[in-house]
Amino acid sequence: MCIAVPCQIVAIHDSTAIVEVGGVRKEAWLDLLTEAKVGDYVIVHAGYAIQKVDAENAEQTLRLLREMLEREGDNQ
Amino acid sequence: MKYLDEYRDPAMAHDLIERIKDLSASINRKTRFMEVCGSHTVAIYKAGIKSLFPNLDLISGPGCPVCVTSSRDIDQIIRLAELPGIIVATFGDMIRVPGTTSSLQEEISRGAKVSVVYSPLDALGIARENQAKKVVFLAVGFETTAPTIAATILQAEREGVRNFSILSYHKLIPPAMKALLAEDEVRIDGFLCPGHVSAIIGSTPYEFIPKEYHLPAVIAGFEPLDILQALFMLLMQIKGNRPAVEIQYSRVVRPEGNPGAMKKLWQVFQPADATWRGLGVIPESGLVLRQEFAHYDASRQFDLSVEERADPPGCQCGQVLKGLQRPTDCPLFGRVCNPQQPVGPCMVSAEGSCAAAYKYGRS
Repeated sequence: MCIAVPCQIVAIHDSTAIVEVGGVRKEAWLDLLTEAKVGDYVIVHAGYAIQKVDAENAEQTLRLLREMLEREGDNQ
Repeated sequence: MKYLDEYRDPAMAHDLIERIKDLSASINRKTRFMEVCGSHTVAIYKAGIKSLFPNLDLISGPGCPVCVTSSRDIDQIIRLAELPGIIVATFGDMIRVPGTTSSLQEEISRGAKVSVVYSPLDALGIARENQAKKVVFLAVGFETTAPTIAATILQAEREGVRNFSILSYHKLIPPAMKALLAEDEVRIDGFLCPGHVSAIIGSTPYEFIPKEYHLPAVIAGFEPLDILQALFMLLMQIKGNRPAVEIQYSRVVRPEGNPGAMKKLWQVFQPADATWRGLGVIPESGLVLRQEFAHYDASRQFDLSVEERADPPGCQCGQVLKGLQRPTDCPLFGRVCNPQQPVGPCMVSAEGSCAAAYKYGRS
């Protein structure tokens, strides 16, 4: 029932956003994420945006993982 | 697509798999991790992660909302669909779930009005357009879904829509995890915690896992690198003997969750005991509408009394949901029970562990 694909907000009218994913646009309601802004990536569930994707955190997770794998690789 | 492709990097996945193999081999026993999220179940099968690690046993728990709905609750839904003047609105995966005597699909063929919706707001729209009918939305789902239903109820209240109600079969994940850990026969060495439930509730509700049971818990995303990294984090906790709640899926899950969504959830619902298929009654593991929203409660408006009947004979859904049996251990799996003719709900929902095992590999 979850759609794990992050969608980007391209427009906001009142409490409704237009989100885009893979070239497809659809509506998402912002009642549960009132602070969302145009340009944000959000997780949409059952028609509602439920959480923002934190861009900085996303990059940090990958960077730390990459560093960990390189470090471990050097040890072998 | 952004935030997807980079978490599917084959070279990084390969390196990570090697690290996990080394780490799991250095722990001198087979380690058993449970996921409690249907989307994780599917992701693990789809990426082929299930069979990658000889020293890791990855088992599925009660993470599929449709699967954990009891036979009695399904029978109530069927009873509702039989009533005149009703339109049942539901997420699609409830349609084919068999009750003890019928399913919504069978009721449709007998003339019941059932609409499949993508969002509870669509159900509210159906109510607006069908003033002469009563529209009942089947509120099935965990903490990810419950706030969306709460927001829809608040919207109905603002608009004054009176021919809309819900049947709340909502369930809460942390109480189910607690109930599983309290069972003697269940052996779990750590939990892969659900990503989108946690996007709402945050990481605090899992603290009892390390504190009371001295076990690791990692909140994971849904891409292959997410799941592999979370497994690595779980193993590192075991190796270092420092169990904690960690967030791998930190791009979406904050420790505090989504406080605005939680506020709406508790504004509309209150906790109540709930019956889970396989697990029985778990205290305060369900949600019912608060008194001030009782006029949206279909269970108070309609007589939905049903006879107590046993689950289908032979069906092992209950044992599968507790991780005590694999789907392939069930004598009905793939023979009598398959996605075309499902006997139990674990074979119906795309997120059910039996359906995932059937589709992606019979291990």
